[in-house]
Amino acid sequence: MATAVMTTLDPNSRSAARGMSDLTIRNLFIIPTIIFLIVFNIFPLLYSLGYSFTDFRASSPAAANFVGLQNYRELLNDPFIWSNFAITAKYVIVSVVGQVIVGFGVALLLNRDIPLKGLLTTLLLLPMMLSMAVVGLFWKLLYDPSFGIINYTLGLGSFEWLSNPDMALYAVAITDIWMWSPFVMLLSLAGLSAVPKHLYEAAAIDRAGSFYTFFRITLPLVAPILMIAIIFRTMEAFKTFDLAYILTSQPTTEVISIRLYKMAFQEWQTGRSCALAYIVLIMILAITNIYVKYLNKVKER
Amino acid sequence: MTQIELRGVQKYFGAVQVIKDLNLKIDDNEFIVLLGQSGCGKTTTLRAIAGLETIDGGDVLIDGKPVQHLKAADRDIAMVFQSFSLYPHMSVYENIAFPLRATRKSKAEIDSEVRSVAKTLQISDLLARKPSALSGGDMQRVAIGRALVRRPKAMLMDEPIGALDAKLREEMRAEIKRLHIKQGSTTIYVTHDQIEAMSLADRIVIMHEGVLQQVGSPDEVYSRPANLFVAQFVGSPVMNVADVAVAEKASSASVTVGGAATGFEFPRALLSKLNGHASDKLALGIRPEGVIVRREAAEGFLPVEAQIVEPLGSFDIVDLKIGSKMLRARTRSGFVSGPGVKVFARIDPAQAHFFDTASGKSLGVRL
Repeated sequence: MATAVMTTLDPNSRSAARGMSDLTIRNLFIIPTIIFLIVFNIFPLLYSLGYSFTDFRASSPAAANFVGLQNYRELLNDPFIWSNFAITAKYVIVSVVGQVIVGFGVALLLNRDIPLKGLLTTLLLLPMMLSMAVVGLFWKLLYDPSFGIINYTLGLGSFEWLSNPDMALYAVAITDIWMWSPFVMLLSLAGLSAVPKHLYEAAAIDRAGSFYTFFRITLPLVAPILMIAIIFRTMEAFKTFDLAYILTSQPTTEVISIRLYKMAFQEWQTGRSCALAYIVLIMILAITNIYVKYLNKVKER
Repeated sequence: MTQIELRGVQKYFGAVQVIKDLNLKIDDNEFIVLLGQSGCGKTTTLRAIAGLETIDGGDVLIDGKPVQHLKAADRDIAMVFQSFSLYPHMSVYENIAFPLRATRKSKAEIDSEVRSVAKTLQISDLLARKPSALSGGDMQRVAIGRALVRRPKAMLMDEPIGALDAKLREEMRAEIKRLHIKQGSTTIYVTHDQIEAMSLADRIVIMHEGVLQQVGSPDEVYSRPANLFVAQFVGSPVMNVADVAVAEKASSASVTVGGAATGFEFPRALLSKLNGHASDKLALGIRPEGVIVRREAAEGFLPVEAQIVEPLGSFDIVDLKIGSKMLRARTRSGFVSGPGVKVFARIDPAQAHFFDTASGKSLGVRL
């Protein structure tokens, strides 16, 4: 499909009067962004790739020695790193599944004519507009075993959410679900409202029940956009750092980015942590790729 | 065997009444066309019968049972939408099978039903395709197939071929007619196209601003329109309507159009049939084919001047100026060479209609 990449500049516009061509204006907008991207993203990315093959320590004046694949070999053979990955995987699954169920469910409830729908939707979006650090700090208060409102409301006495090693990861996931379900809801709502109303009418005429209509009409048609929400949330959950770091310091909540942070900025194993960062990057790329493949398949239908 | 009856149906959208006290009885196997301009309430009426729209008063009866409180799914009625409403993520086969699967029919039964419907509609070779890969006509065939496959009590069609181009529309029209003759199910069809209505309907129901205007066979609504609206809505080119003055002459009646010097000659019987109807509230309706045009002067023909000639292929429509009015006449093609030509015209009394301009009602005068 051929689409015009650039529309021609209106010859009467002020920019044209200043003697700027389409090309000049395009460059004016794009070049700063590209420079910014190269300086702050691409350069560090390549630079750290170089470090990942060395024993460099940012804390010592000693020169970096090239060690080949040693960092990678040691990391991939380290059972503690694998347990960090396992924790991360568990966290990703719990939190993304939770967000999809809550977000899509709320979207289904909102996808009808109800009074104050706009206001309600905006209010529901508030959690995801907050900063991670703020959310982490006040959920810490909410979870507090002695004066936290969660235990008080649920009548759980002094149940320990964050200092209980078996519960802490779920507590972090619940916070993440609270914060990011609105994102899934927003995308689902867009997907749901894009399903033409006449298809539901046709299904009603065809005598399809509400469950049948949901699973055969609604879900398949919303699937592509829901898939996009899942991709975004999986990537984000995989990278989670702030929430888990602020809420608790249990070894059972040490997701891979916390391990990475500790390795890089507490143990100062710069070269090694660069290698770990690359392993994480490759994993995220791989997972995303699986989703994108599936998304394309869904889109084809 | 399905009869559908509407009894005093009322429907409001907010403060606007879109269906006003509608009464209609549709017999088994009948092909009914609801005809009217957009916004006249015809589609709302159809949706009310289907159960997609609630009604605010009256009864909808199917086989004598009131169904206005039933959901669409419980009325056992199929519908074909103008937008086709095919499920975009399903193949043609799955689309047609959908109503059967939704009601949990056995696999073998579904397969044989789908294939037999596909055969009837000549879409057997398209079954594996997605709707997006179909032409407009084929999409509508699939939509009709989906409606037919479960052998519904009645078929409702909401401008099913309105979105197709002219040539395809003609083909599909013939196909729908053929299908109805073959399958014979009670059908209600909504359209704003009077040619579609005339060619398909057993009976035409003409609606205007939510009010039923006339119900009758195509021939009836064409040759005996009940009022001015029907007279001008049905038939193309449109019927001429002009305020007229009727005067008595020695052996005939004279009908003057547009304040012309002389009037058209009508039989004397017109006077008694009009029965002294106030002549300032009288309108004459005459279809273009009822205006007879000659090149030479003759007894009973009035001299007129051609203003516009519209060649339409098999015939011409000529606008003739008479007094301050225009009369459109249908002539052989090329009969009047061009604008400005003087010709002679007469009105065929047998094709004339007289209306009361105040109420719009036909006076039922036949000569």
